[in-house]
Amino acid sequence: MNNVTAMDYQESAGLAEAGDRSLASKLVAMALLITALSPVLGGCDAAESTPKEAAFGDSTRGAKLIKQHGCGGCHIIPGIRRADGLVGPPLNHMGKRVYIAGVLRNTPGNMIKWLRNPQAVVPGNAMPDMGLSEDQARDIAAYLSTLE
Amino acid sequence: MDPLADTADTPMSYLQSFGLKADLVLPLTWGVLLISLAVIAIVSILLVRGLFVSPKTSVAGPDSAPVERPASGASWITIGVGISAFVLFLSAVWTMATLAQIGRPPHEPAFTVEVIGHQWWWEVRYLSDQPYRTFTTANEIRIPVGDTVAVKLASRDVIHSFWVPALGGKTDLIPGQNNVTWIQADKPGVYRGQCAEYCGLQHAHMALLVVAEKPEDFEAWWNEQLEPAPASETARIEEGKSDFIQKCGICHTVRGTRAQGIVGPDLSHLMDRRTIAAGTLPNTPGNLAGWIADPQHVKPGNKMPQPEISAAELQSILAFLETLE
Repeated sequence: MNNVTAMDYQESAGLAEAGDRSLASKLVAMALLITALSPVLGGCDAAESTPKEAAFGDSTRGAKLIKQHGCGGCHIIPGIRRADGLVGPPLNHMGKRVYIAGVLRNTPGNMIKWLRNPQAVVPGNAMPDMGLSEDQARDIAAYLSTLE
Repeated sequence: MDPLADTADTPMSYLQSFGLKADLVLPLTWGVLLISLAVIAIVSILLVRGLFVSPKTSVAGPDSAPVERPASGASWITIGVGISAFVLFLSAVWTMATLAQIGRPPHEPAFTVEVIGHQWWWEVRYLSDQPYRTFTTANEIRIPVGDTVAVKLASRDVIHSFWVPALGGKTDLIPGQNNVTWIQADKPGVYRGQCAEYCGLQHAHMALLVVAEKPEDFEAWWNEQLEPAPASETARIEEGKSDFIQKCGICHTVRGTRAQGIVGPDLSHLMDRRTIAAGTLPNTPGNLAGWIADPQHVKPGNKMPQPEISAAELQSILAFLETLE
């Protein structure tokens, strides 16, 4: 019979007691780990945060390019300092949004296409062509894809 | 010119000099700094000694001899004051001598630039003996390497101060008074300057760049600046030009068009400049678009209102501005 008996309870309690010290130390270690990782886990977007890895392109370089090209002058972009512009839409959750500019489906290829030539996708829209190369657009798209 | 390169090559510091005027001042800067550090060191040592070294006399009990008070305390004061006065006097003489040296430029200036301060940008007029060679620009001053340039300073509103740390000290722009100073850069490079007298809400965003280049390049640049705006190559650019004249020309000038406003900076050769909004943003298409669309967001309180332009007008104006090299 495989009923749980009082002996079982006692055994497991005994194990817990014996393993208390190691369990406690594990809890302490976990607490320390969470504290150490909290800047990343907390997802602070006011200050700079380490971009997560994208499946394509270099998101770290993308963040630098975003700063250099002044995207934050028109867009609110999480994780980029002083990216608080109100001219264009905010780019939070860009990694999960369904459409780009209300016309293209949000895929890496489409994002690169949009970034390189927004005027061709929506003529006369407010976003200018920035003269980005294919690689630059890919890295910026990579950064945007990390914005969950 | 790569607009994404750092806008200033040299650090905005007065501990290094890149021109004749700063060379003359640098020894004084370091000298006074070292004297000050020495004074701090001496005073700190004496203070620590006073705090932690116990006095030689101590009260042993009611039967012991009364505390001896050596009468030598006054000598600390006379010697201390004497040394300080002497060092201060030397510093004063050294300062006066340096001021006399830099008051007038040692060589005849090659030409004169008039810098007129506005809230919160720099109007720059290049003067010449031949009236048709004078022109106006803004926020970026180009000079030939190795030549002395006289700088006349005036202000349209409040007191500003002209300061390019790597090339010399500060001179104020005072409304109602014409000050004169001079600068010289002996190495090619881009030197950042800053308004050094609080002048209102955006004082912190009133920077300027001094670009020193080879004399031949400088001559070529001066000639280019005299050129009017190019003829529009496409219909879009022509549309942009007329949008610009209508919406922006009331404040800004672009030579060769009907945009002749004098309230804001001259934009005749805007694409020649490394920064916009007086050194606030690098001059890239993205920054330019963000600035034009919402200047109050970038530099709140500045005198440029949010233009009432549609997205298409913004694009055509940008297309026009991009031709102004």
